[in-house]
Amino acid sequence: MSFSIPAGLEAEIDELITHYPVRRSASLMLLHAIQEHFGWVSPEAVQWTAAKLGLEPINVHELLTFYPMFRQAAPGRHQIKVCRTLSCALGGSHALHRHVCERLGLDAGAHGLQTTKDGKFSVEFVECLAGCGSAPVMMCGDDFHEGVSGKKADEILGGCK
Amino acid sequence: MAQEYKLILKHADEPGYTPDIECYLRHGGYDSLRKALTVPVVELSDGKKKSAQEQIREDVMKSGLRGRGGAGFSCGLKWSFVDRRSGKPIYLICNADESEPGTFKDRQIIHKDPHQLIEGMIISCFANDVKLAYIYIRGEMPKGAKILNQALKEARAKNLLGKNILGTGYDLEIHVHRGAGAYICGEETGLIESLEGKRPYPRIKPPYFPAVLGLYMCPTIVNNVETLCNVKHIVGMGGAEFAKLGTPNNTGTRIVSLSGQVKRPGYYEIEVGKATLGQLIHDPEFGGGLLDGRKLKAVIPGGSSSKVLKAGEKFKLKRKVDGKDVEERPIFLIFLMISIRFSKRAP
Ligand SMILES: Cc1cc2nc3c(=O)[nH]c(=O)nc-3n(C[C@H](O)[C@H](O)[C@H](O)COP(=O)(O)O)c2cc1C
Ligand code: FES
Repeated sequence: MSFSIPAGLEAEIDELITHYPVRRSASLMLLHAIQEHFGWVSPEAVQWTAAKLGLEPINVHELLTFYPMFRQAAPGRHQIKVCRTLSCALGGSHALHRHVCERLGLDAGAHGLQTTKDGKFSVEFVECLAGCGSAPVMMCGDDFHEGVSGKKADEILGGCK
Repeated sequence: MAQEYKLILKHADEPGYTPDIECYLRHGGYDSLRKALTVPVVELSDGKKKSAQEQIREDVMKSGLRGRGGAGFSCGLKWSFVDRRSGKPIYLICNADESEPGTFKDRQIIHKDPHQLIEGMIISCFANDVKLAYIYIRGEMPKGAKILNQALKEARAKNLLGKNILGTGYDLEIHVHRGAGAYICGEETGLIESLEGKRPYPRIKPPYFPAVLGLYMCPTIVNNVETLCNVKHIVGMGGAEFAKLGTPNNTGTRIVSLSGQVKRPGYYEIEVGKATLGQLIHDPEFGGGLLDGRKLKAVIPGGSSSKVLKAGEKFKLKRKVDGKDVEERPIFLIFLMISIRFSKRAP
């Protein structure tokens, strides 16, 4: 399988590298840029990133396995993150998570990221999203939603194309 | 009676207030930076000179400002530990990792008033001879990162950032660096490792005190978002004036994040030490009391590193909120209310 980084993305990456006096520092930002483009970070992308930054592939791979936001397999096109930390738990986040999973035909009791068969949605629990005052909160892609009732969740899911 | 005192959040929630630079400038934005950059050098009686930078650092010391990231350490003192003789570059990092369960204040500042943070950062960098600084923002705030990048771009376009800032010969660049979902990145040495492109394993102190051996083993200042915003106000009003806010040992204001089963959860800015926990929970202008049918069971006055106060500990509820009094250990000034419902089981 051939792996290639489009010119526009590479230009963005080259610019990001200039932000740091030491190339390795750009690792996380590069992985974000790559993941935003491809949806996940493949082993080929790890090799490419390591070569770009003058690192060993393990230096990049160990970031993927540590930082929860990076994906080693393609997730759904729309990623739902439901906060399960205390304030949200008190505010009904578990009921919200169950509601979202049931609506999408996912197992709310299963551990980790759950993806629908058609690859449209992924759902997971995450820790405090710094929105505790308007619990329960969830993210859909880059969008942050507060005070999410079942009805509001339905609208958010319905708005995903 | 306890009431809100808005210094940092003065404009954020005003109708029509927008995060762009024009709006910020209309509200007196970057006046404090102009003031800082033009502080005249003072000639001392012994013939020595005191630079603008030294004077600003002294003023921050005089203000009594304590860090708003959790530990409540004196900001002026932290800056005084910076190794200025090594000849190495000095870095400044704004800690915008805001991941402590129950805290949701930095997000508000970043989203609604990003230039206030940037102005505070530029002044802090100038005062400490920093030429390169970073904002480490948690990965789950992609919108916040975009807003900050846009704000930095606007500041560059007005020559408030970049080369030869406002013709003073001072150069500074600030970049946004995104985390990727790990809570430990909020700890300053873990944050530095993460910014170096590694796993965020915290470093052992000593010897790795950031002020001496921080980013790239160079002297580094790590300050919280709210702390850096305060620096702008200290320069604006003067350290002595700032010190009149709050209590003598703990000055200024604090943004309290109130969440859990109260009627009016949210963020409230108060003068430090001017409200009790009980007032924050029950007063109509703050929490407004517990949700109907619920009874107070416990309060978490800080993040996960603070003690859980049980409802029975009544004396604690009467204590003033001033970061230091409630407990000597880190206090994040977050209130998570845990309560039980009489009739039904909690969801
Ligand atoms: C586990 C842990 C997590 C932390 N998370 C944060 C955080 O999210 N934001 C923050 O500003 N400080 C956090 N801190 C405190 C920082 O280590 C550091 O003390 C702070 O950023 C210094 O800024 P200040 O002096 O302006 O308060 C955390 C500390 C620990 C031990
Ligand atoms: S507990 Fe859910 S956002 Fe903080």
